[in-house]
Amino acid sequence: MLSLVTFLPLAGVLAIIIAARNNANTARYIALIVSLATFVLSLRLLFNFDTSTAAFQFMEESTWLPAFGITYRMGVDGISLPFVLLTTFLTPLCILASWESVQKMVKEYMIAFLALESFVIGVFCALDFILFYILWEAMLIPMFLLIGVWGGPNRVYAALKFFLYTLAGSVLMLIAIIVLKNTGGTFSIPDLMNAPLDFNLQVWLFLGFFISFAVKVPMWPFHTWLPDAHVEAPTGGSVILAGILLKMGAYGFLRFSIPMLPDASRYFVPLIFGLSLVGIVYTALVALMQKDLKKLIAYSSVSHMGFVTIGLFSFNQQGLEGGILQMINHGIVAGGLFLLVGVIYDRMHTREIAKFGGVVNVMPVYAVIFMLFTMAAVGLPGTNGFVGEFLILLGAFLANKAVAVVASTGLVLGAAYMLWLYKKVFFGIIHSEEVQALKDMNKRELAIFAPLIILIFWIGFYPGPFLEIMHTSVEQLLTQSHTIKAGTNAVAMY
Amino acid sequence: MPVQMPDINLGLMLPEILVALLAMALLLLSAWYGKEGRGTIGWMSILGIGLTALAIMASGGSGETTFGGMFVDDQFSRFMKLLLCVSTALPLLISLNYVREHKMDGGEYYVITLFSMLGGMIMISSGDFVMLYLGLELMSLSIYVLAAFKRGDVKSSEAGLKYFILGSLASGILLYGISLIYGSFGSVSFIDVAQGITSAHGHLSPAVGLGMVMIIGGLSFKIAAAPFHMWAPDVYEGSPTSVTALMGVMPKVAAFAVLYRVLLIAFPGLHDQWGPLLQFMAVLSLAVGSFAAIAQTNIKRMLAYSAVGHIGFLLIGLATGTSDGYQSVLIYLTIYIFMNTGAFALVLILNQDGIGDNLTDFKGLAKKRPYLAMLMATFMFSMGGIPPLAGFIGKLYVFMAAVKAGMITIAIVGVLFSAVSAFYYLRVVKYMYFDEAESPFSMEVSATSQAVVVLSGIIMLVWGVFPGSLLAWTETTIRMFQ
Repeated sequence: MLSLVTFLPLAGVLAIIIAARNNANTARYIALIVSLATFVLSLRLLFNFDTSTAAFQFMEESTWLPAFGITYRMGVDGISLPFVLLTTFLTPLCILASWESVQKMVKEYMIAFLALESFVIGVFCALDFILFYILWEAMLIPMFLLIGVWGGPNRVYAALKFFLYTLAGSVLMLIAIIVLKNTGGTFSIPDLMNAPLDFNLQVWLFLGFFISFAVKVPMWPFHTWLPDAHVEAPTGGSVILAGILLKMGAYGFLRFSIPMLPDASRYFVPLIFGLSLVGIVYTALVALMQKDLKKLIAYSSVSHMGFVTIGLFSFNQQGLEGGILQMINHGIVAGGLFLLVGVIYDRMHTREIAKFGGVVNVMPVYAVIFMLFTMAAVGLPGTNGFVGEFLILLGAFLANKAVAVVASTGLVLGAAYMLWLYKKVFFGIIHSEEVQALKDMNKRELAIFAPLIILIFWIGFYPGPFLEIMHTSVEQLLTQSHTIKAGTNAVAMY
Repeated sequence: MPVQMPDINLGLMLPEILVALLAMALLLLSAWYGKEGRGTIGWMSILGIGLTALAIMASGGSGETTFGGMFVDDQFSRFMKLLLCVSTALPLLISLNYVREHKMDGGEYYVITLFSMLGGMIMISSGDFVMLYLGLELMSLSIYVLAAFKRGDVKSSEAGLKYFILGSLASGILLYGISLIYGSFGSVSFIDVAQGITSAHGHLSPAVGLGMVMIIGGLSFKIAAAPFHMWAPDVYEGSPTSVTALMGVMPKVAAFAVLYRVLLIAFPGLHDQWGPLLQFMAVLSLAVGSFAAIAQTNIKRMLAYSAVGHIGFLLIGLATGTSDGYQSVLIYLTIYIFMNTGAFALVLILNQDGIGDNLTDFKGLAKKRPYLAMLMATFMFSMGGIPPLAGFIGKLYVFMAAVKAGMITIAIVGVLFSAVSAFYYLRVVKYMYFDEAESPFSMEVSATSQAVVVLSGIIMLVWGVFPGSLLAWTETTIRMFQ
């Protein structure tokens, strides 16, 4: 079942190669149908998911490379399932959004997109470290091509920077994984969660993982690849980057750092908090100064992900659940915002904020939808952003009051740049003919946003079902994070 | 004193005899044929290599020796000789067109290639230093000639001469080292040397250490490990591309086989000495391979430096001194043959249009010839060690072996350099996919080149995801060194 969800998009790649010789529309339809089918299949996972246990479900195991202890092992728990769903949910939307905006090499675009989906789902399902690493890295290839081939004017630079930055981060993780295997005796992720580890070793391993995940999240000061990549990527690529790829880093912290290296994770809390706080405030300030729509949202992503890492490392139920929920929220909201920018970019072919103004007069529906997403990004009560950020701040407050106080300034700044952006783009008088000629959204575009808007309010008013999925797993994670794995010597350090 | 005739079992040498006879027969035939039908010689030599491979597979690999221990036939020699056949046949297959177009197909091109392969086979099966030297010289001399094969071309002649002079120097160093070893132990047999070292109980004369270092140095020249890599970029660039493709893989297989024999059979007791030496060369090779390649604009030079980097990874595996490490080297080497030949096949295909030597010649290939570009991208990503391609599997096992052997620092250095090297591989992909086409790419792709490229591409994918067969195979090969 899990393998089917993971590899169905790859089957779609084959189908496109075989069926869509030179026909762009065939490629589009195959990609859409396959990604929708994947989504439906992943919903079946959700309905059959047992929320009462923290164990991995839908486990699949088969021998792969027994000589080296590498097994094909897949499974999901309450922490990974939401991300799988987020991926399968966003991909068809991205394909719809690229329907008309991508005109060159359509077939290759769809191939890259489906391959990307497959690898990303695999990353969230993999329970063997090598399998995880292979998929984690494999994902770079389609993303590199997406940015480089279909991106904006500065795409080559952005693509290379994205690839090399993330690769340089991940290679150290490979060494950490191999060292873990040598001490723990296995590549199996669930088994390694219970393996005892010396404190010093934990610290080194944590650093190895940290660089890789921090680049991906991205945490300040490892974030510099992100504005370039986001701005230059095509709309679909930006959505996947913001909505899903950023989550992989935080997922790494959740899945590996905290349960496997609990002592080191607690030891490094000040570092994580410090970097996150700087990230929240600094990137929010930077966002205030942006002239480019996409760049503003890109910087706001870094700021929002700072909240997430604070939540994860506050080591309490509220913070962790808030962190995970906020990742989902950010996937929906930032993804939606990038899609919205894509809508206007397709019409005006510019993203410069100063070129707009008075758009509300010609695109009223668009303005309303944009408003909804702005409110969600700001964290207005009733939207999903509020629930996530509130939980995180609650958790942070329990862990460290000062951190919570500083972090909440990020909310104020967030409101400032989002509202400022909204004012500049939508209000005021129309001062260019291009804006005057704008047409409001068509049905295909509305269809993309409808599910996103439903989710914004659903999570905003009734987050219960979403939190319930992760509840038991988070509880277990908390127990794991409070166990002392390193033996008595290290305990003295606290 | 009566002369003792050693027990000679020619059956063990059947593959070598086959190649020698074939080469000589083809030399006569090419004179017979004249200008027409020279392509046939090429096909016959490839067919002959195929037959040799069958003969190798049929051989026992039982560890028997002949000529008084000078010639060994064991599992390792079997594996390496098969690898050698592949690494000779694939470059030949992709260069049939090139050789014809550049009027290099005067029969002797193939004959000399066969002789160099014969030298490589003798190296692989050598049981003492004299046999090693004989094989090495036969192989090297043939390749010097091949490098200078485009007689009218200054660059080709220069490459041949440069390779010859530096290669002779390296051979001299190697010989000097061998004579020091002979002087210390009174024997050139690998087994006798190993016994001499064990029975000395650590009280060895400095001459042994010096001899060993010189032997390693001489062999390092053949694999182009830094700091003995200086010849590689110039020779790679100047030689006819078909020869470069051969030079990139075949001599390396043979030289690595010899390194195994020398280090693991003659000098296993000195691992404490040669281990750090190899580690040092490995790190240096990685550094040279990663940084120097960035500055290259010629793809043959770039691939030369990239080869130096790959040798760095192979040396890490060898330096571990564990069977895991030895196995990882074989895995990496096997994979390397296919990705390197695949990349050169693309260069050769582009050469038909009179382009392909410069990196910028690849601009826009993806739009005009999407499948060729996809395959080239596969080889580049594989060389960069990006999963799920085979190059990653090779690197993974090298790093696993290194970490297991406690060489974590080296492993960290290795992965960092592999991230650096990803840059220049990506640049090729960048040219192909992100830039607009400048050349028409109108060339025809011959069926043989197509077959080799597609085969290598498929192997990259299959071994990247299911390397099980390769692992099992190398594991049985390496068992004899435990």
